[in-house]
Amino acid sequence: MHMHKYEKIWMASGVGTLLVFLIVLGIGAFYQGTQPPSCMVTLDPQNVQAHEAFKEENLGLQQLGEKEYTLNVLATAFNYDFGKDEDGNNVKTIRIPAGSKVMFQATTEDVIHGFQLAGTNVNMMLEPGYISTLETTLDNPGTYTLICNEYCGTGHHLMTATVEVYEE
Amino acid sequence: MIAEKTGLGKADSKLVMSFMWVTFISLLIGGLMGLLQTLVRTGNYTLPFGIGYYQILTVHGVILGLVLTTFFIIGFQFSLMAKTVGMTHKQRQWAWVSFWVMLTGTIASAIMILLGKASVLYTFYAPLKAHPIFYFGLTFVVVGSWIACFVNFHQLYQWKKKHQGEHSPLLAFMVVINMLMWFICTLGVAATVLIQFIPWSLGLVGEINILVSRTLFWYFGHPLVYFWLLPAYMAWYAILPKIIGGKIFSDSLARLAFILFLIFSIPVGFHHQLLEPGIDPMWKYIQVVLTFAVIIPSLLTAFSMFATFEITGRQKGYTGLFGWFRHLPWKDVRFFAPFMGMVAFIPAGAGGIINASNQMNQVVHNTIWVTGHFHLTLATTVILTFFGITYWLVPVLTGRKIDKKINTLGMTQTIVWLVGMFFMSGSMHLAGLLGAPRRSAFSDYQGSAQAAEWIGYQYGQAIGGSILFIGILIMLYNFFYMTFKAPKGVEEFPIAEAPDGSEPTPLVLENWKLWIGITVVLIAFAYTIPFVDIIQNSPPGSPPFEWPIGNG
Repeated sequence: MHMHKYEKIWMASGVGTLLVFLIVLGIGAFYQGTQPPSCMVTLDPQNVQAHEAFKEENLGLQQLGEKEYTLNVLATAFNYDFGKDEDGNNVKTIRIPAGSKVMFQATTEDVIHGFQLAGTNVNMMLEPGYISTLETTLDNPGTYTLICNEYCGTGHHLMTATVEVYEE
Repeated sequence: MIAEKTGLGKADSKLVMSFMWVTFISLLIGGLMGLLQTLVRTGNYTLPFGIGYYQILTVHGVILGLVLTTFFIIGFQFSLMAKTVGMTHKQRQWAWVSFWVMLTGTIASAIMILLGKASVLYTFYAPLKAHPIFYFGLTFVVVGSWIACFVNFHQLYQWKKKHQGEHSPLLAFMVVINMLMWFICTLGVAATVLIQFIPWSLGLVGEINILVSRTLFWYFGHPLVYFWLLPAYMAWYAILPKIIGGKIFSDSLARLAFILFLIFSIPVGFHHQLLEPGIDPMWKYIQVVLTFAVIIPSLLTAFSMFATFEITGRQKGYTGLFGWFRHLPWKDVRFFAPFMGMVAFIPAGAGGIINASNQMNQVVHNTIWVTGHFHLTLATTVILTFFGITYWLVPVLTGRKIDKKINTLGMTQTIVWLVGMFFMSGSMHLAGLLGAPRRSAFSDYQGSAQAAEWIGYQYGQAIGGSILFIGILIMLYNFFYMTFKAPKGVEEFPIAEAPDGSEPTPLVLENWKLWIGITVVLIAFAYTIPFVDIIQNSPPGSPPFEWPIGNG
């Protein structure tokens, strides 16, 4: 099969660029460890409380150490459950000091949901039967909106919460 | 008489026109839903009669993504096959069966959506449960398309029997590649619907395995977009050169590009599931690499197109570095519409690279950026090429001429479309980068300051959407005019030839067993281990949920 000289040059530079690009992605994923969220832990979607992290008292922000937190979230249509505060009210806003390392750990009790902290790279799918995790450092102070970005029913667009990153 | 000149008999024309009618009626319904969505999202408009946003979103996706595309493509492909390898009476009868089966399925599903019993969007979203008839209807659409597949395969098989040792006509080869890909990939969606969704929605089984259903769906969901794109490529490779008065750049390279699309279109579904739990990131990366392999035939295509344009221009005597470019037939809508589609594919393709690139996907996944992306690929590149095809195909089918009026209207339509899409897709891309989600009705997210930043772009989408709807109305008038009003006459079915003295096409390009074999091996490589993994490590399944979509 005949290929024109210019076409050979064009294809070689195209394929070469592509290879470089894929190698960069591969180094990012396997050497630097920026894999897309792929938690392999499963649970019974009809009995999520059986898992330690999603027991009523463990929901919400848990401090692990100096500027190190886990945020356990139980999603249901159409709400993010962060547990209750000292007065027994539902927590709707999470406050985290800037510069904290946060492990987001979430699952769903019913249908599929999204978990996106707008304006950050925190973005993952929540699927019944699976725990989704994502670790990030929240450096920039501000008020971030947590939104469900995966269709979950008629109230999908009302499913939201707030994460405040404050300067100490 | 007309039949002799155009190469399409009355019976074939009637068949293809039926597919075109469904196409353009779908365009009106689906387009109207799109317009309403953009209006709702400004926050200043409420749908009448208690109609839900997600109901019209389901209509929009199913009607435009599945119905319009499939009907246009299968109709167009029947015309190509009838023209290049012929269609027997019996094949035509089966083609009609495919038409009616698909139409029955479409109507059944449409009724369920309109009754509000199937607001699950066309990506299904288990464990949301739609009415079983919705799933049955979509099964009929797929089965009908399979009948069309086998008619096309049989057409080429018969031609080959009569023409031993000859190469199949290029367009027939391309149609068969596209239908092969379609058949192999729809096996996935058929499996999830028949084995999982239907028994579960009927209550025969209590639970559904979510990740298995999603993986089977996306095994189909990405090749689906190439099923839309390849007919546009057919027109670019083998029809546009004739319209500009030139020849095909290279028959062999065109075939090679199509074979590469067959091989690399299917084992790539994980790039839609990058942010999902339960899938080993190693296999996600492997499928990301395979996803990017389709860039190779895309680069081949880009080169071939511009080489054809330049060679044709120079043969006509236009000199200088860009003389050939200036003298392309810019005022011929049959060229202009598909050409603008190609131009849109440059940003569209770049956006696609961002979406599929393993880590970067996290920034844009499920934001309205993605909606902006496929409104450039499907709703600009593909649809403008389909419109460009319509401007000669419908006159050929109805025995009418393309007159000055329809050309002017077509040029206007193309420009209106481009302007509308610039605003709509542009605003979607920008809002998506700020975090605005897709598939969501209007919401201020409890007075969130971030959401307030998105509103301006939502107005931009409504402005673009309104302009696009004007474009749809012009297109419908164009279709109506070409069907009933344009002056009678004989219009050419433009099919380009290979250049004189070109090397013979290598026979290996038509070794079906080889290419199908490689395709199957690659699918097995990319899916077997992770799929077995998903099944072995499955959590308990999910019962059906009806109340979140407003039922039960």
